[in-house]
Amino acid sequence: MKEIALNSVPHNWYLLLSTLLFCIGIMGVLFRRNAIIIMMCIELMLNSVNLLLVSFSAYSGNTDGQVFVFFIMVVAAAEVAVGLALLISVYRNLASTDIDILSKLKW
Amino acid sequence: MSQYLFFLLSALTIISALYVVFSKNPMYSVLSLIVCFFTIAGHYILLNAQFLAIVHIIVYAGAIMVLFLFVVMLLNLNKETEPHKSKWIKVAAVITSGMLFLVLIASLRTADIGTFKLPEYNSIGYIQNVGSKLFTDFLLPFEVSTILFMSAMIGAVLLAKKEK
Repeated sequence: MKEIALNSVPHNWYLLLSTLLFCIGIMGVLFRRNAIIIMMCIELMLNSVNLLLVSFSAYSGNTDGQVFVFFIMVVAAAEVAVGLALLISVYRNLASTDIDILSKLKW
Repeated sequence: MSQYLFFLLSALTIISALYVVFSKNPMYSVLSLIVCFFTIAGHYILLNAQFLAIVHIIVYAGAIMVLFLFVVMLLNLNKETEPHKSKWIKVAAVITSGMLFLVLIASLRTADIGTFKLPEYNSIGYIQNVGSKLFTDFLLPFEVSTILFMSAMIGAVLLAKKEK
């Protein structure tokens, strides 16, 4: 089978890209107050780690990294389902998804 | 050729990720996150991980983002109801993440990660190889993940149910 050979892209660029994506995700978590957007930024961080794992797996010629990415996707899907269910029940009680309202556990 | 594709996909990924953070309307955030996931799937195809690219599109764009979209529509979130932090907290958030980025880049510059080169012929991302790995070496985690999914599903139904 013919390959899309990628020898021209250095591995450092993938490291840089996933570092940047991870930092954008962290910035989103600190930046926004809407809990749904915060969960989306957590997804962004998980995806940056996935991209890093796939790039290491491809460049080192080992399949294990891609299997780990598969499991990370499984955990992310479960996390999103539970998190959104929690958000819906919070919204039903407080009529808001603002995380600054949910500060009762601080005391 | 592949370098240009890499730059194009990376630019799209970063712009859409930034738009997720800075967009005022949650609906636009969700839609640009879908664009971001599609470009990441493009990166997987460039890295010759076809199985993961397909699974990524099916799981993220097909299931997770639809769930997000449903919740945003169900809760009727829009520009007017969107809460906002004060200006100083936003500036602090940008500075904090920028400093983390600087620290990570500075440590990556001197790190010895080995000199990997993508082999001329690599078929490790094909569905045959990933599948045989998944069902031989990683069989137990694969079965455990089904229990995780089951409990997550039951938990989600239980949490979202109306209290009597």
